Amino acid sequence: MKLTKTLMATTALTVAASAAVAEDMAMEMTLVSWGGSYQASQHKAYVEPYLAANPGVTVTWDESSAEAVAKLRAMDEAGNVTWDLVDVVASDSMRLCDEGLAMELDADTDLADAPDGTKASEDFGDLLVSECFAPQIVYSTTFGYRTDLVGDTAPTDICAIFDLDAYPGKRALQKRPIDNMEWALYCDGVEKSAIYDTLGTAEGVDKALAKLDTIKDQVVWWTAGAETPQLLADGEVVMGSTFNGRLFSAIAEQNQPIGMLWDMQSFDLDGWVVPANLPADRKARVMDFLKFATDTQRLADQAKYISYGPARKSSAPLVGQHAELGIDMAPHMPTDPANAGNVHIYDYEWWADNRDDLDAKFQSWLAK
Amino acid sequence: MSGIPPYATMPQRVWYYTFRVICGLIFAFLITPILVVMPLSFNAQDFFTFTPEMLRLDPEGYSLKHYRDMLGDDGNPWTGLWIGCALGVAWAAFGVYRRGSVSLMSLLPVVVLSLFGLIIGKLTGATGDWMVALRNSLLIAPVATVLSVGFGTLAAIGLSQPHVPFRRAIMAIMISPMIVPLIISAAGMYFFYSRIGLQGEYLGVVLAHAALGIPFVIITVTATLVGFDRSLTRAAANMGADPVTTFFRVQMPLILPGVISGGLFAFITSFDEVVVVIFVGSAKQQTLPWQMFTGLREQISPTILAVATVLVGISICLLATVEFLRRRSERLRGMSPS
Repeated sequence: MKLTKTLMATTALTVAASAAVAEDMAMEMTLVSWGGSYQASQHKAYVEPYLAANPGVTVTWDESSAEAVAKLRAMDEAGNVTWDLVDVVASDSMRLCDEGLAMELDADTDLADAPDGTKASEDFGDLLVSECFAPQIVYSTTFGYRTDLVGDTAPTDICAIFDLDAYPGKRALQKRPIDNMEWALYCDGVEKSAIYDTLGTAEGVDKALAKLDTIKDQVVWWTAGAETPQLLADGEVVMGSTFNGRLFSAIAEQNQPIGMLWDMQSFDLDGWVVPANLPADRKARVMDFLKFATDTQRLADQAKYISYGPARKSSAPLVGQHAELGIDMAPHMPTDPANAGNVHIYDYEWWADNRDDLDAKFQSWLAK
Repeated sequence: MSGIPPYATMPQRVWYYTFRVICGLIFAFLITPILVVMPLSFNAQDFFTFTPEMLRLDPEGYSLKHYRDMLGDDGNPWTGLWIGCALGVAWAAFGVYRRGSVSLMSLLPVVVLSLFGLIIGKLTGATGDWMVALRNSLLIAPVATVLSVGFGTLAAIGLSQPHVPFRRAIMAIMISPMIVPLIISAAGMYFFYSRIGLQGEYLGVVLAHAALGIPFVIITVTATLVGFDRSLTRAAANMGADPVTTFFRVQMPLILPGVISGGLFAFITSFDEVVVVIFVGSAKQQTLPWQMFTGLREQISPTILAVATVLVGISICLLATVEFLRRRSERLRGMSPS
């Protein structure tokens, strides 16, 4: 009898204690990102100031963004989501949102307003491409070339990648249909506005692959963003596509003889999603961090470390100089008017619908 | 002058030299990939490239920055060194006092404990990716090894008793983690451990690695038990020893070589393992192989070459130590080193 009473009292105490803890915020967070200099820029711009303001909180980084969709699916199936905040590209955020794996956000209440009072939904504007997405940066996939290997005339036109006569040598392209198919059609004479209509037909796909066929034996296919800078530094390739920040660090921080070819650069977004159904204490902590990490100053600060454009309009005027090199960052941003003369607007929604089909066709073409 | 006897025929002489050339080529094939990364790890640039400065042997082209990246600048190496050194001196003094003689070997505890203190101190409180990964590996592998050795040895002894029912079936199940493709064990463990709350926990990774190590211990211990004379345990029992005493005083010393080599395999399995830990662990248990894997995939940085160079150096030191100890024990047993 006495034992039962003690047990009941203990249980009641435990329940009360855990309820009290649930009111608070968790003291640990696992953030998922891409590793490398990009993750380092997030750590310096968002995490370090947050930890300084919230002593006792610990942050663990998981470099798993490349397989975030697959891992979140597995975690959801196993009923054990260990991530708190996940950095993904726009199209992945749409997939996660559609599958109910990411939590829907309300931009105006979950994200901070601009310093002048502009609502977050207006400050981010069109970049809020999905209900679950808190955008951080605009980056682009674009080309770099070896200044010493391209002869007297440096390429200024995207179609230089298909011009083996003027620029002989290997090229590095990303091992996926996205962007490559669009560039191929564009250089085959298709109007920019008609690219996705053409790609929607079987003939259009064949046409793009036929154009890629002309350079197929000169292409080195990459999967990690670090590969192209390495291949360019080795002189293994004459030109290659990669994320513009990687090229910036090879040029400005590593002094490699590499030039930027901004023509038809392909814009994409990168941002946070919060996994669905987090426990209350972890959710409270991560929402607090999210609001802090996506405010105007934090997004502008990130541009001190890497040349990606902040996703808020109000951050753009605050973009300053590189933290170590002291050079102005604005001219290295993909969104700078001098670089964004002719850009390729990558259609996330079209690709979300057609990705599986074109992936299969692209892979079988690669294997031929 | 050489190893060719004077009566060797022409073809025998040709074969003698061809054989040596082939062996040399195989040796070069094995060792070149390991050697080529070493100078690259001193690259002043962030690429896997021999720069013109490096090829000119210009000091400008070389730097230790990738080693600094690997080590980070935090942790408490000096505190650890002093504590280790103090303990080593105490141990050495005690040894000298007991044996009543001083030799160069008396200094060994000081060196070894100082080194351990330095490493442990450096790893305590370090926050750099590589140091955290090394700390995780060193926290996981020894515990997994102890579990593998304990369970594996008991299983091998039990399964070597002829009267155990279904021993072949049980043996097959116990060694299955070694035969089933790792990715399948890993996926299965992921879903099972998630259900019971072990996924993403330190204990989960340790148990998973112990399961992978057990087959090695079972196999090596079973092999040594084949040569074990059972009448020795009966003789011990006859003289009044209980089974536990018999095990530790009679059986264990005789099968110890099998237990130790099984334990070494289990340790290496855990220390080298990357597939299972990616599934069963979370970012908090990121081990050294996992860090190397992401380092190569996400950021092709020469830091990984610095790590590789250090690991090669450690392997050479370990092999040299083992060889030194082997020769020493042979000498002590009155045999000449072969």
